[in-house]
Amino acid sequence: MEKRSARNAREVVVPGDLLDDSGMNAGSNAYVHNGKVYAGILGVKNVYHDTVGVIPLGGRYMPTTGDTVIGVIEDIGPSNWLVNINAPYPAPLHVNEVPWKVEFGDTSKYLNVGNVVMLKILMVDESKKIQVTMKDSGLRRIEGGQMVEMSHSKVSRVIGKSGSMIQMIKNLTDCRIFVGQNGRIWIDGDDENASVAVEAIKIIEKEAQSSNLTERVENFIKNRLPQKDNDREEY
Amino acid sequence: MSGHTDMVLVDKKGMRIDGRKTDEHRPVHIEAGVLSNADGSAYLEIGKNKVLAAVYGPRECHPRHLQDPTKAIIQCKYNMQAFSVSDRKRPGPDRRSIEISKIIAEALEKVVLTELYPRASIDVYIEILQANAGTRCAGLTAASVALADAGIPMRDIVPAIAAGKADGHVLLDLNKEEDNFGQADVPLAIVPSTDEIVLLQMDGNMTRKEFDKAMDMAFSACHEVYEIQKAALKERYAIAKGDEDNE
Repeated sequence: MEKRSARNAREVVVPGDLLDDSGMNAGSNAYVHNGKVYAGILGVKNVYHDTVGVIPLGGRYMPTTGDTVIGVIEDIGPSNWLVNINAPYPAPLHVNEVPWKVEFGDTSKYLNVGNVVMLKILMVDESKKIQVTMKDSGLRRIEGGQMVEMSHSKVSRVIGKSGSMIQMIKNLTDCRIFVGQNGRIWIDGDDENASVAVEAIKIIEKEAQSSNLTERVENFIKNRLPQKDNDREEY
Repeated sequence: MSGHTDMVLVDKKGMRIDGRKTDEHRPVHIEAGVLSNADGSAYLEIGKNKVLAAVYGPRECHPRHLQDPTKAIIQCKYNMQAFSVSDRKRPGPDRRSIEISKIIAEALEKVVLTELYPRASIDVYIEILQANAGTRCAGLTAASVALADAGIPMRDIVPAIAAGKADGHVLLDLNKEEDNFGQADVPLAIVPSTDEIVLLQMDGNMTRKEFDKAMDMAFSACHEVYEIQKAALKERYAIAKGDEDNE
């Protein structure tokens, strides 16, 4: 994640808006024409030192190396699976990149179409060919629970400052939650707790632009799950 | 462009049949993000034209042979609804809508940063719900708002508007009567930040002088439409005042 400056005014810019004409450098999603910096995408203007860029408000998820994502198996080959990770391109998962020993042609015994897996992006080359792996700690096939999809640009709000938001939701709802960088979120827990967690995430998605969100989501969860969870917390 | 009428399209005071001056465009209304299932969308009304545009992608390009390993391709489909005109339009693609799809796709290709998404395709669907002359401009204007709404990287937003000639006067943004009984129709689309032309066609006849005047009118009207496009997008993503981030 790009480091951001302390922001004062958050200004929405559209493609073609002039960001700066005093000689600053173009950051992400910005371009230079005749020495002036223009916005290259719909988003929020972001100034950091002598660089001005745009943080996108939406758009398709573009994988970057090291992202952890949730994927759905779409197709099976004799030595690989094709995984939909919500990117413009399918991500091939090779048998060498899974934690099992898979014989040639036995791929469907391990993962089948429709299965959901946690993945890490191994590499994205300049022609946007993606390679993913499951050989990392915590990566596995997902069974049970439910998956929520949202815009990938709002994932950072779900996680919160150094994980504060997601930690708070996990503690209060007693759910297992995994947030994929591609905007897919997996939630597993008791029926009621899980549905409250889903609603909390929907609130974050809807109000991603507003302030004091962590506090409001916390109040929401405490209202919805009053007694038993607070009791449990006091133990 | 073809018919003849006894109708006075421009009166002695320079007023047109819908009460506009010669250099005045019809009222434009744009709304971004109207469809929840598309990645980006826009609804546009200019006078009696009603247009809906939807954008999907960038996504994997099908059929495969259309893929370009160096950049994304833009596939555009301009479609007029059967009920969009007073005589029922026979549904399905025809020579006119194939042409318009092609020129709109080519105009958008000039502003979208296609090299960021090799082998992908960006699909643009334009549906004309109600037509009253100038739908290719309306479609392109709506499509570029929908593209920006889809979060697709692009250099600029494309506004488009037509100018023309009717009753011997050079007019901006012809309506149906002026288009049918007029002498010329010149749709124009530009990249506002550089004033580059991305679409220019001419149907009918004009003198060089009249053409220059029409271009001047259309250029300044494009910049006005551009402001409306920007306002529509900013309204959709307006951030309440005083909010700050606590990430």
